[in-house]
Amino acid sequence: MKKVSFAHMGYSYLGFKQLVEDMGFAAIVPPSPSPATLDRGVQYAPEFACIPFKMVLGTYLEVLEQGAEIIITSGGVGPCRAGLYGMLHEKILRNLGFDFEIFVFDPPLTGLWRFYSKLRRVVRGAGLSWPAFVDVVRRAWAKLKLLDALEQLASNTRPYELKRGETTRTFHDCLKIVDQARNLKEIASARQECQQLLQNIPRDPGRHPLKIGIVGEIYVMLEPFMNLEIEKTLGEMGVVTHRSIYLTQYTATDVLAHGTMDVRQLAYPYLNQFVGGHGQNSVGETILYARNGFDGVVQVAPFTCIPEIVAKSILPRVSQDFRIPVLSLTIDEQTGRAGVETRLEAFIDLLRERREQMEARPYAALLPGY
Amino acid sequence: MQPCYLGIDVGSVSTNIVIINAAGEALSSLYIRTMGQPIQAIKEGLRQIKADLPEDVLINGAGATGSGRYLAGAIIGADIIKNEITAHAVAARQEVPAVQTILEIGGQDSKIIILRQGVVTDFAMNTVCAAGTGSFLDQQAARLGIPIENFGELALKSRHPVRIAGRCTVFAESDMIHKQQMGHNIEDIIGGLSEALVRNYLNNVAKGKEILAPVVFQGGVAANAGIRAAFSKALQQDIIVPRHFAVMGALGAALLARNYVNKERVTRFKGFDVAEDNFRVSSFICRGCSNQCEIVNIEEEGNIIARWGSRCGKWDTLSQ
Repeated sequence: MKKVSFAHMGYSYLGFKQLVEDMGFAAIVPPSPSPATLDRGVQYAPEFACIPFKMVLGTYLEVLEQGAEIIITSGGVGPCRAGLYGMLHEKILRNLGFDFEIFVFDPPLTGLWRFYSKLRRVVRGAGLSWPAFVDVVRRAWAKLKLLDALEQLASNTRPYELKRGETTRTFHDCLKIVDQARNLKEIASARQECQQLLQNIPRDPGRHPLKIGIVGEIYVMLEPFMNLEIEKTLGEMGVVTHRSIYLTQYTATDVLAHGTMDVRQLAYPYLNQFVGGHGQNSVGETILYARNGFDGVVQVAPFTCIPEIVAKSILPRVSQDFRIPVLSLTIDEQTGRAGVETRLEAFIDLLRERREQMEARPYAALLPGY
Repeated sequence: MQPCYLGIDVGSVSTNIVIINAAGEALSSLYIRTMGQPIQAIKEGLRQIKADLPEDVLINGAGATGSGRYLAGAIIGADIIKNEITAHAVAARQEVPAVQTILEIGGQDSKIIILRQGVVTDFAMNTVCAAGTGSFLDQQAARLGIPIENFGELALKSRHPVRIAGRCTVFAESDMIHKQQMGHNIEDIIGGLSEALVRNYLNNVAKGKEILAPVVFQGGVAANAGIRAAFSKALQQDIIVPRHFAVMGALGAALLARNYVNKERVTRFKGFDVAEDNFRVSSFICRGCSNQCEIVNIEEEGNIIARWGSRCGKWDTLSQ
């Protein structure tokens, strides 16, 4: 049985684990990224490559040492450097003497035939028929969708929890339950069970949490280790967070199609072209969050990420025009937790004060001479 | 007895303490160097500030801020622990009520805070580079053999400040050495350095921010007349340096403590005598998962009073 592995991005590893195992391979589940993973990646990566590149390289080193023979990953589309990363990873790893196969899947619309022929090699290699493969994908997809839904539910619950940290603990229990669920029926009942668990967390419904939208580059947004667990940190400071990217929604709109048109259209007056990565999305999504009544937006960007640098220089204008505070966080291996927490704390103070002032205004108008 | 409030700001370079009365006026303030030993600095600061306090002062609340705020908060028993951005804004708002822009340059960070109608609407802190902060000025003063106190005055004497690359401290230093060797006089080099720092600040930290008057300049570096002049030249407006510019963070922490305790709470401040207690810090690496968190224990007289560093919250409860 061939041993197959993949990159670690947030909690999606459970979905990919199932996908690989259902295809009849042995899955080498990548360990959660840790400082040690990053150190190894940094050691072999070009200095100015962005942090997702370094982290993924570190992860590949770990899984190859555990005996992975095939790596399946997604590619990026230019003009951002992520388009080169699959090849660069392969070159670096081969130079280090590893022997393996790597399949880098670019979004199908950028080259249908290439996508199909790669996929055919993988599916044939697994000895699966196309209908059987479709079934496998359907199960993995259901699991990924469930993971996204639970993550969102956890973010909605966290600011109300009475006992700090309980939501996160329950969420990790849920991950174990989801991991056990293998077929569609089991996944459906895992959904019921986990939703129940999260809903049963004792909460104070009288709180009025702030709402913050998170935009930015997909890897640092989805991988909690990368963004210093921004959603948990904010949640425990009393904030409901919503990410602009959840893997299944993003796959449906941006990987398999040409992007969410409203986001692109909203961004258009500020940034009228695709600058690679999620640059244009970050601009458009900030506007969308402003329109939907969010209190603020946090942008998470890997250091030296060109698309996010473009977005970052445009966001002050958007922030002014749509009256929504935006905090940009740049993340690389030097980023300290303390610095990020200080900024987030101050940002929340700012949002609270602002909300109080906005709530006070309607009353003030009623009081003569106020 | 006069109800008073204490604010402490433990930064990378300095540790500051301010005592205010109920009206928010500073009765006493202190600025000492942290010297890389925050616990010693906190104890020393408490000792010194107690020495010149009037007898009838009763501390009703205490606040901590700065990069060492959690440590300081645990040691003194702070009622409120706040980030330095909020603390600086609160203090500036009291000193200059109409303030719309705060420029703050401290030992190892610099920030800009934008307020409109008394509410903070935006802020930024230096991210990946500490060029243009107090530590760098200190270093260069030492290298040139000029006491840091005279640095600013010398800059003001400069007639033709030279252009220095202020993007990065390492390059700035080599550029300064180069200019010295070209024969430029020391005043012009220091004047050029001041302008380079201000340029770097405005192009990085303050990038894209709308700087409106009144502009308040605070933090330890505000003592430097050269930097003050460079700011007003670059911004083409007057810069206000508040009375307590060097201890604004501590002042803000004290004000925050006053507002917090005022809502009918009893202070947790342990009193000035903690300066005589023995504090010990120990750390270990948790091997519970791949995160390998560094857990820090703060002990007072052998009892653990605070512990932090774990991501999962496993070590947050204090029972040993």
